[in-house]
Amino acid sequence: MAGIIGYGAYMPRNRIKVEEIAKIWGADAPSYKKGLMLQEKSVPSPDQDTITMSVEATKYALKRAGIDPTRIGAVYVGSESHPYAVKPSGTVLAEAVGATPEAHCADFEFACKAGSAAMFVCMGLVDGGKIEYGLAVGADTSQGAPGDALEYSAAAGAASFIIGKDDGVAKVIDTYSFMTDTPDFWRRSYMHYPRHAGRFTGEPAYFKHVLGCANGMMEKVGMKPKDFAYAVFHQPNGKFPMRVGKMLGFTKEQIEPGWLSPTLGNTYSGSSPMGLTATFDVANPGDMILMVSYGSGSGSDGFVYEMTDKIDAVRDLAPKTREKLDSDKVYIDYGTYAKYRRKIRMGE
Amino acid sequence: MSTSARYWREIPQRYRLEAAKCTSCGKQFFPPRLVCNGCGGREFEATKLSDKGKLATYTVIRIAPSDLTQQAPYAIGIAEFDGGLRVTAQVADVDFDELKVGMPVRIEFRRIREEGEAGILCYGYKFVPVR
Repeated sequence: MAGIIGYGAYMPRNRIKVEEIAKIWGADAPSYKKGLMLQEKSVPSPDQDTITMSVEATKYALKRAGIDPTRIGAVYVGSESHPYAVKPSGTVLAEAVGATPEAHCADFEFACKAGSAAMFVCMGLVDGGKIEYGLAVGADTSQGAPGDALEYSAAAGAASFIIGKDDGVAKVIDTYSFMTDTPDFWRRSYMHYPRHAGRFTGEPAYFKHVLGCANGMMEKVGMKPKDFAYAVFHQPNGKFPMRVGKMLGFTKEQIEPGWLSPTLGNTYSGSSPMGLTATFDVANPGDMILMVSYGSGSGSDGFVYEMTDKIDAVRDLAPKTREKLDSDKVYIDYGTYAKYRRKIRMGE
Repeated sequence: MSTSARYWREIPQRYRLEAAKCTSCGKQFFPPRLVCNGCGGREFEATKLSDKGKLATYTVIRIAPSDLTQQAPYAIGIAEFDGGLRVTAQVADVDFDELKVGMPVRIEFRRIREEGEAGILCYGYKFVPVR
């Protein structure tokens, strides 16, 4: 089976607190903080987007992988906020990290599951012998409509993985996917903000697919929650991943290292992949990790990883995700946020 | 001349910091040039600019060109890299009172400008402080 050879995560420095957003819309910040288990979220600067964050996360992944980027045979960026409607993000990423011209490239979209979809496809291509290394990225700078519940969580970040035939830092033991047609969240063409179906995004959407995928994944490999050192679930807010983990029988301690959303927000395609990078940062050789993504529309990809001895040699070669999240940040007010996210109508 | 074509020609430098070293006298150039202004040599080997340097000088732009007005005020700096190469770029993610000659900076990939609402997006390098 394929393995993760290198990994890296990147998030912008700007943060906005739940109180700052709630103040503008007359909402009750404590109830949002308690209900969604969110404190603050990352905000991209005007010069940061899915492409720039993908490049920075991939530079870190390459530092840990230590491979010649020209050996990368596939470059896949999963995002629902690709900067262009028509023109790939992956070509810019591939040029920036030196992976051109002999590589297959395509952009992926599946709401918050596009990053794990890119990982899944790279693993298949490696296992099938079509490529030596694949580069899979999950990145987003998603927007929530002003005043909508999503505005408290829609954040920015990226995670990048170099996937290859050797075991690397984590062996991919197996994968599993679970999906149905479920219209819980969408954005129509030419629309700036997404729409969602309120509470319908919970039980029939997130919980059905994450539970279905996690249970199917564990059954496929013959493992139970107690067999895993850690579990990472998609994090649309702080509450859902903890709740679904407990429903499956995982403890808070198993979930916490990759549980970034309370202070990062929902980085959409980057969400569970970034949680995985934070978990790799603390995992020990031999640890088993369950990862389950979720993308509205709807589907989940499941992965079982086993950490190898190599993790100890490479984890310090690039910034650790949790340390970067906690240390390098600056708080902005709603006016600055509105300017950065282009929510202000400008003169012609 | 189309901006797309000019932007495309500069991709090796703007995206990957590709530099050139004169094989006769060892002088480095970023961006590369056809003739070495040190010895007149015309043979170069490809090198890459280090992604870490030190700020040699800076200024703050408050009256910006038309396509950068929404970013103003912003800092521009000249940083010195390995081998004495000096490069000019915007200094991002910086509080202006943090700016100091000699401060360590590293290169980050950022969106530099965009050609209006419908044109291409131009990417490249900016400096950010090493914290």
